[in-house]
Amino acid sequence: MLHTVNKSPYSSDSLKLCMAYMQSGDAVLLIEDGVYAAMKGGESEALVSGSSEKVYALGPDLKARGIASDKLIDGIEVVGFDGFVNLAAESDKVQNWL
Amino acid sequence: MSETKKMLYINRNAPYGTVYALEGLEVVLIGAAFEQDVSMAFIGDGVYQILKGQDTSDSDMKNFSPTYNALGDYEVTKLYVEQESLDERGLTVDDLMPLVYEDEDDDWAEKPSIVLLSRAELAGVMAEQDVLFNF
Amino acid sequence: MKFSLMVNEGPYNHQASDTAYNFAKAVLAGGHEIFRVFFYHDGVNNGTRLTTPPQDDRNIVERWSAMAAEHGVDLVICVAAAQRRGIADEDESKRNGKDADNIAPGFRISGLGQLIEAGIQSDRLVEFGD
Repeated sequence: MLHTVNKSPYSSDSLKLCMAYMQSGDAVLLIEDGVYAAMKGGESEALVSGSSEKVYALGPDLKARGIASDKLIDGIEVVGFDGFVNLAAESDKVQNWL
Repeated sequence: MSETKKMLYINRNAPYGTVYALEGLEVVLIGAAFEQDVSMAFIGDGVYQILKGQDTSDSDMKNFSPTYNALGDYEVTKLYVEQESLDERGLTVDDLMPLVYEDEDDDWAEKPSIVLLSRAELAGVMAEQDVLFNF
Repeated sequence: MKFSLMVNEGPYNHQASDTAYNFAKAVLAGGHEIFRVFFYHDGVNNGTRLTTPPQDDRNIVERWSAMAAEHGVDLVICVAAAQRRGIADEDESKRNGKDADNIAPGFRISGLGQLIEAGIQSDRLVEFGD
């Protein structure tokens, strides 16, 4: 399953819930305001770096918000919309945490 | 349509403050006509949708909570409620509407539709689905 | 692969419609098919032709219409949600005794069954909302 999270971890419980619902083989893509969870140094970092599954972040949303690559938590992979489509196609279904 | 798909409607929003609970329920009811394997999950504030005793008589909003009682007739008989969400909110299953369905395979015996699951168990249910809707 | 999209928020208020549009573009560029884009809740507001966004900003409604025109993408607005929010085509307008309609080109108004059908017929359903 591909999960997406579109809310900042500081304004919503979506990321926390998503991480709790992830199963082995799942992946999560941070989009829209969800990309703030990709920034290191914040209190939500543990939620992301503690994940045993892959965490991706949508490039255009990071760039729009001024989150440069040196600010990203280690291990997060940045993808574009083509990557978003590929991730959705490669998993069996998509769970959009709103 | 060659196959029946397992469709889970995930509800995370409380009623009345936003429209998602009401309009989400409308999708479930319409969807029942398509004879798919439909179930609902109530997570987070979504559990408030089926809290007992909703009364909008001092409000001008429509009380749509009685509609949940009809779900059984629409063959939506599995209403998964996340235990952690109830615990966080100081609720138990007794605070929820006693939603039931009539089991045609058991002489139309009335059975509870609400299924309490832990987060881990509900994650397993989600993994088995074909399509997930979020309201 | 057949994708369907669900858009739950109106233009500009939330990034949902933008993300959905860019995802749709990438679906088509990737050689996949879009079965349907279904607009629900405030998403129906993406279907009014009366928006006048600032000249230096993206025109969300028009680019959905252009996608429908260029690629034949099926843009469906939920009738119940549209009635609540005042999005109408000529037929709906007459049926409900209104003095105007406002639907944008390329969009059509239909029932929630179209969303369920999209979930059944598509390989992937992706939802964009608040």
